[in-house]
Amino acid sequence: MTGAEEHFVSLEGVTKRFDELVVLQGIDLTVDLHQVVCLIGASGSGKSTLLRCVNLLEIVDEGTIVVDGETITNGNVDTNALRRKIGIVFQAFNLFPHMTVMQNITLAPRKTRGLSKAEAKTQARDLLARIGLLEKADEYPDRLSGGQQQRVAIARALAMSPTLMLLDEVTSALDPQLVSEVLNLVRELATTGMTMIIATHEMSFAREVADKVCFLDGGMILEEGPPDQIFSSPAEERTREFLARIIEAGRL
Amino acid sequence: MGKFLHAFFSPLGLRRAVPQIWDGFQTNIKLMVVAELLVLIFALLIAIVRGLPGRSTFPLRALAIGYTDFFRGTPLILVAYVWGFGIPALHAGFISNRSLFQYGIISLTLVYTAYVTEVYRAGIESVHPSQRMAARSLGLTYAQTLRHVVLPQAIRRVVPPLLNDFIGLQKDTAIITVIGVTEALAQAGFYSNDFFLYTGYSVAAVFFVILTIPFARFTDRLIKERERRERAQLV
Repeated sequence: MTGAEEHFVSLEGVTKRFDELVVLQGIDLTVDLHQVVCLIGASGSGKSTLLRCVNLLEIVDEGTIVVDGETITNGNVDTNALRRKIGIVFQAFNLFPHMTVMQNITLAPRKTRGLSKAEAKTQARDLLARIGLLEKADEYPDRLSGGQQQRVAIARALAMSPTLMLLDEVTSALDPQLVSEVLNLVRELATTGMTMIIATHEMSFAREVADKVCFLDGGMILEEGPPDQIFSSPAEERTREFLARIIEAGRL
Repeated sequence: MGKFLHAFFSPLGLRRAVPQIWDGFQTNIKLMVVAELLVLIFALLIAIVRGLPGRSTFPLRALAIGYTDFFRGTPLILVAYVWGFGIPALHAGFISNRSLFQYGIISLTLVYTAYVTEVYRAGIESVHPSQRMAARSLGLTYAQTLRHVVLPQAIRRVVPPLLNDFIGLQKDTAIITVIGVTEALAQAGFYSNDFFLYTGYSVAAVFFVILTIPFARFTDRLIKERERRERAQLV
């Protein structure tokens, strides 16, 4: 395994099954520091599962995953400590409905990083200012629009100062007019050098921010490369079919 | 009709009955308050135990399930007899030398903890798994997730059914009379023996009702205020 240390994240031969169903099949993938990798592919192709394996929300059946020089798949890793370094944002936001925006953002830093209430609040205000929602600090999530909720969810993940962000179709549950406010925030994260793995259906966005695009099909990475190559001259027939369907649907 | 009114609502009887029943009813209130506090705590602990993950916690979970199955299925009056008469007859030191009031508390707590455990458990299971997932993915531990994310949401949801069980408990404090605790029902019995009137029972009934109604309204208001604060406004 030469060169594993050079990559910030590397997956080797990752396989995941749910009972009989093979969801991931021998995935090899590397992500360098400050790199943005986009995962594209149809629903059920394994994008979400792949992300969830990286922060151990799913346990892989075979293969190894190394994050920041640490092998996380051998069962000896401190799961909670690992997750504090890796932020994940979900399609359905999953904010805590009984807490205000401020409480949502400060909970984990206070409980797991030992920040005082005042420190956590100061940090949260900075984050809220950055995402343009400072005036919503004391609102409950249900009072916010979907786009606002998703931005808060991103801020909540950022409050842990993660070194890696995993974004799982973060705009798929949003009304079309709310998509851009979330994508703008992700774009800003990319320009600040955040290492990210992004599962997305927003092809033009992927083309714009990604350093590398991976096309997943049936639990395998069928094709990967720079966005221009994948979107302009895909090598695989399946990739071409997938992109053709996307264009047909007016999403590229 | 006149006979009925005389027996149950005799004006002269009322004047005497109210203080006497009130005397007993204070014991009902004490039984209720102490038992409810204990039930709230123990039921929550057992509900948490029932939800523990992993193979190694199976014996604990089995114990919790055995407990709820047994005490939910056993009549309170039977449990009260066992504690009020059976346990003292054992002459087993400390546990056999408790007061009747304490045996009453133990019986009520054992039976109602079993009910309320199930209420809590339903609440905990009603919190969507994605909430746990979100909390765990932030690096919170299992216990922190339970404490800050799952339980607050679960408990809010079960307040109405919890209240229902507590009204049941309030009424069932009257059952503790069978082991000789002098509470409202016992006093009503004494009263009817002394005066050949049933007015004491009417008074006791009114006391029980008066106790539960403000409790119910208070809970309604609590729920409404929370809705107003946390939910999006309907237009």
